[in-house]
Amino acid sequence: MIRRLSWLCLASIAAATLVRAPLLQADEPATASAEVEERATRRGRGVEDFGIPHVAFINAQIEAGWEDAGIRPSRPATDGEWCRRVYLDVVGRIPSLDELQAFEKDSSSTKRAELVDRLLSDDYVDEYARHWTDVWTTILIGRDVDNDLVDRPGMRQYLRRAFSKNIPYDRFMEELVTAAGVNRNADGVDDFDGAANFLSGKLDEGGVQAAAKTAQIFLGIQVQCTQCHDHPFNNHKQNQFWEFNAFFRQARALRRFEGSRDVQSVELVDEDFGGERGGNPDEAEIFYERRNGLMKVAYPVFVDGTEISRSGFLPGEFGNGQQFGVNRRAELARLMRESPLLPLAIVNRMWGQLLGYGFTKPVDDLGDHNPPSHPELLEGLAQRFREQSFDLKELIRWIVLSEPYSLSSRFTSANAIDDPSLGETPLFSRFYMRQMQAEQLYESLLTATKADRAGGEEAATMKDRWMSQFIIAFGTDEGDDSTTFNGSIPQVLMMFNGDLTKKAVSVDKGGFLDEVAKDGTSNSAKINALYMAALARKPVSREIKTANAIMIARKGDAVGALQDIWWAVLNSNEFIINH
Amino acid sequence: MSRFLTPLDVSRRHFLSHVAGAAALAGPATTFTNSILANAADLKKRHKAAILLWMGGGPSTMDVWDLKPGAATGGPFKQISTSADGVAISEHMPLMAQQMHHMAIVRSMSTREADHMRGRYYMHTGYVPNPNVEHPGYGSVVAHELADQVPNLEIPPFVAVGGGSVGPGFLGMTWAPFVVNSNGQVRNLDMGLDPSRVAARLEMLSAIESKFIGEKRGGAADDHAKVVDKTVKLMSSDQMKAFKVMEEPEAMQERYGKTGFGRGCLLARRLVEAGVPFVEVDLGGWDNHADIFPTLADRKLPELDKAMSALVSDLADRGILDDTAIIWMGEFSRTPNINGGGGRDHWARSWSVVVGGAGFKRGIAVGETSSDGKEVVTDPYTSQDLMASVLHSLDIPLEKTFTAKNGRPMKIANSGRVITELFS
Repeated sequence: MIRRLSWLCLASIAAATLVRAPLLQADEPATASAEVEERATRRGRGVEDFGIPHVAFINAQIEAGWEDAGIRPSRPATDGEWCRRVYLDVVGRIPSLDELQAFEKDSSSTKRAELVDRLLSDDYVDEYARHWTDVWTTILIGRDVDNDLVDRPGMRQYLRRAFSKNIPYDRFMEELVTAAGVNRNADGVDDFDGAANFLSGKLDEGGVQAAAKTAQIFLGIQVQCTQCHDHPFNNHKQNQFWEFNAFFRQARALRRFEGSRDVQSVELVDEDFGGERGGNPDEAEIFYERRNGLMKVAYPVFVDGTEISRSGFLPGEFGNGQQFGVNRRAELARLMRESPLLPLAIVNRMWGQLLGYGFTKPVDDLGDHNPPSHPELLEGLAQRFREQSFDLKELIRWIVLSEPYSLSSRFTSANAIDDPSLGETPLFSRFYMRQMQAEQLYESLLTATKADRAGGEEAATMKDRWMSQFIIAFGTDEGDDSTTFNGSIPQVLMMFNGDLTKKAVSVDKGGFLDEVAKDGTSNSAKINALYMAALARKPVSREIKTANAIMIARKGDAVGALQDIWWAVLNSNEFIINH
Repeated sequence: MSRFLTPLDVSRRHFLSHVAGAAALAGPATTFTNSILANAADLKKRHKAAILLWMGGGPSTMDVWDLKPGAATGGPFKQISTSADGVAISEHMPLMAQQMHHMAIVRSMSTREADHMRGRYYMHTGYVPNPNVEHPGYGSVVAHELADQVPNLEIPPFVAVGGGSVGPGFLGMTWAPFVVNSNGQVRNLDMGLDPSRVAARLEMLSAIESKFIGEKRGGAADDHAKVVDKTVKLMSSDQMKAFKVMEEPEAMQERYGKTGFGRGCLLARRLVEAGVPFVEVDLGGWDNHADIFPTLADRKLPELDKAMSALVSDLADRGILDDTAIIWMGEFSRTPNINGGGGRDHWARSWSVVVGGAGFKRGIAVGETSSDGKEVVTDPYTSQDLMASVLHSLDIPLEKTFTAKNGRPMKIANSGRVITELFS
C-alpha cells in the first residue's frame, strides 16, 4: 500500500496521465457499488461512516494501511475528547461548558454527524470564518506584521468573506492569483480588493516570491532553490521556475504614499509587459542566468508543459475587431484550476491540518522525491474533492467524521510503532497530539473564561498585538518567520504570568470564575465545572485530593483556592495540547 | 500517592525549598541569598562556551573577508591589512582589522544549500533537511554537551538573541533556544503572588500533568512538564540578572555600539560570564539582491564591525576568550557576479566563515578561492567540517553518537572532519 510513486514528476508526465493513473489501479474502490459494498463491510465491524461514501472510502483506505503494517487502532476517543477536538479544528476554539454538556447529554447515534453539520452551518459561520481566516492569513502572508506592502486587515477582510460564503476552493485560488485593486480598505477607495495582499508584497525583483509561494501553496511544488539552479534531488529545473515566474510579469504593485515616505496602500494592477529587452512585446521574454553565467530566455509555460501566448500585451481588440494579447495571471489561474496538483495539494494540507500529519511532510512538498504515505487515499480524495466542486466544508466533513479522526490519542501495545514524531510513516491508528496554535489558544482562553469578546477588526488587532510577542523574523528578503509559541520557556512564562492568564483567573464580576464561585453549588461541583470547561472531563481522585488540600489550606478563601486550581488547569499540558 | 514523579514534582520541591529558605531568613528580600552565594562561587570556575554570530540572509563574504580587488566580480571595496600577518579584509571593517590576530578566516567553504530555509538548517546542524528526522542545531548540541560543566546553571543553557536559530530536534524541547530580544528583556517573569500560593498552583499543576503523561499519548505531554520545570527554576533564579544588559556602564554600551546587534553581543558576553554555554546573536539583513554595496558600506558592515570587534577584544581583556569560541557565519554567501540591480544573489559554492577564541589557532586565513571568487582552489570544507572543528575547539569529543528518536544513530557533527589548519 505504501509504495513509491513518481506520478508527480512534473517535467516528464503530462497532466492527463496524472488524472487517469489512479483509476487504473485495481485496489481502488472507484465505483459506487464497490463503495457501497465496502461500507457494508465496515458497518459489520461497527465502524460508523454516517452513510457518507467518502467517509467509508477514508476508513477503508486507512484500515488497509493498518492491516499491511500489522497493527490495530487505538480505542475510540471519549465523547468529551472528540467534541473538544472537533471544535478546536473546525471553529478554532474549545467548546464552551454549555456546548459540551449539550453534546454529552445527546443520546442520538448520529450526534457526531449532527454536531459537524452544526459547526459547518450558519450557526457557527462567524467563528468558522475567523478560524480559517487565521489559518490562511499565516499561509498566505506569514505572521510578520511589519511589511508595509501588505495590509493584514485587508487580507483578513477578503478571507473572512471567502470562508463565510464557503466559496469553492478553485475560485478562491483564482481570486488570490488574479487579484487586482487596492489592498487596503479605506475611505474613498472604490477599487478595494483584499485578495491583492497575497501578491502585493511578493512582486519585487521580478516576482520571484510570487512564483515561489504560488507554486508551493497551491500546487505543492517547492521551487525556491530552482530560482538559481536545477534542483539537486528532484526533476525541477531552473528553466521551469522562470517559465512559471513569467506568468507574473504583467503584475505591478503600485505604491500609494501618504505624507512623504510611508506607503499608505498598494494597488495591484496588470500592465502591458514589453519583455526584458523591450524590443518585441508580442514575444515578451524574460532572462535568467545559468550557474555557468550563460543568459537564457524564458516565456510563460505551466508546470505540465502547457505554453500560452508569448504576448506581453493585455487583451485588446484591433479596430478591425481582431483580438490580441493575453492576461498572463488569468491564464495561470485557468491552468491551475485544471491541474491535478490543485486538489492534491489542498487535500494533503487539510488532512495535515485536521490529523496532525499530512500524507507528506512538509504538506506543501508533493515532489516525486517525497512520496506520500497513502497515495491511493490522497488521489481518491483529491478526485472526489474536484467532483464535489472544490467544497472545503465537505472535505472537512469527510475527514472529521472518519474513523482515524475519532480515535483516542493513547498508544496501545498493538500500535506502539505508529509514532510519526519518531520519523515513522504515519498510519493514523491513533489521534496524533499537537499543541494548539497560538490563535486557537487565545480563542480557547476567551471561551473558557467567558471573557468579553470585542467584535470584528478590533478583536483581530488585539489578537495581533498578543501574537506579536511570539514572532521571530529571520532577516531574509523572503520575509520568513518563526514563532516562540512552540512549547519553549517563553510560551510557558506567558501562560504562567501573562496578562491573558491574569485576566482568566481574575474574579471580575460576570467572568467565568466569578459565576462558578457564586453559583451556590458545592466545592466539588465547582471543581468539576472548572475541569469540564477547560479539559472536557471530570477530575480523578488524585486531582480531587490535591484540590481539596488547597481548599483546606486557603481556609475561608474558597475563591482564592478556585483561582489557583483554575490557573493550574489552564496551564496544563492537557489544556494546551489538542488530544 | 502519585504514581508518576514528573519533572514538575522536582521543580515544585525546588521552589518550595526557596520558600523554606525565605522563612528561615529575615524576610522576602533575602529569599534567595543562600543559593546566590553558592552559585557565584561555582560559576567563577572556568567553563567552555561558544558564541555564534548568525548573519541571516547570507552575507557576501567576498566583500568582507575574501576580497578580489581588480576582478570583474570584485565590486568596489578595497582591502586593508590587519593585525594578523598577511591577512587582509574589507576596508569597511577597520575595527575588526585590529582584532584579526585573535581570529581565523576559513575561505574555502563549499556547500550546496542556497535556499534560506535549507541553508539555515544545514549550516546550523551539519545535516541537510530530512522529512523524517529533525536534527539539533549548534546551540542545542553544545549546550547538551557542556551543561555538565555548570551544574548550578538555572537559566537556559542555550540563549538566542534577536533571532530564532534552529531548534533542538531529537534532543527535545528542554534544549530549545531561549529566545530574547537584544535588550535582554524577558517577559512575564513574575507571577506577583506570595510563594505559598505559587507552590499550591504548582502542586495542582503537577497532579494534572502527571495524569496526562501517565496516559501514554506521546512525548509532547512529557516535554511540556520538563519545560515547565525549567521555567519554574528560571523564575526563582537570581542568575536572571545576567539578562540586564541595559545596566552595563554607558562606556561599555558605546564600545559595542548602541545598535540591536551591539547590545546583543554585549548580552552574549554577560551570559557567557554567567555560565551559559551557548549564545547565538542574530544580525539579519544580508539578503542583498539589490544595491548591495551602499547597503554594506553604509549600514551592515559598520554595525557588524563595531559590535564584533568589541566582543572579541572584551572577551580577550577579561581572559575568557581562550575558553570561548566565536563563530561568524550565514546560511551561504552571494554570487560573485553582480546582477543587473547592483546586487548579488544566493551562492554556496565558494565562501568564507570566521572563527576564533577557545582552542582555535589565531591570526590566520585557511583556504583560498580563485581570482574571481567562483571556485575554491584548495581543499573545500563543509558545514559538518566546521561544526566538528568548533566542537573540537571546545574539547567536546567527536566520537559522540546521539540516538535519534527513531532509534537511528546520529554521529555528532554528522562525521565532519576537523579542519586541521585551524589547530596548531
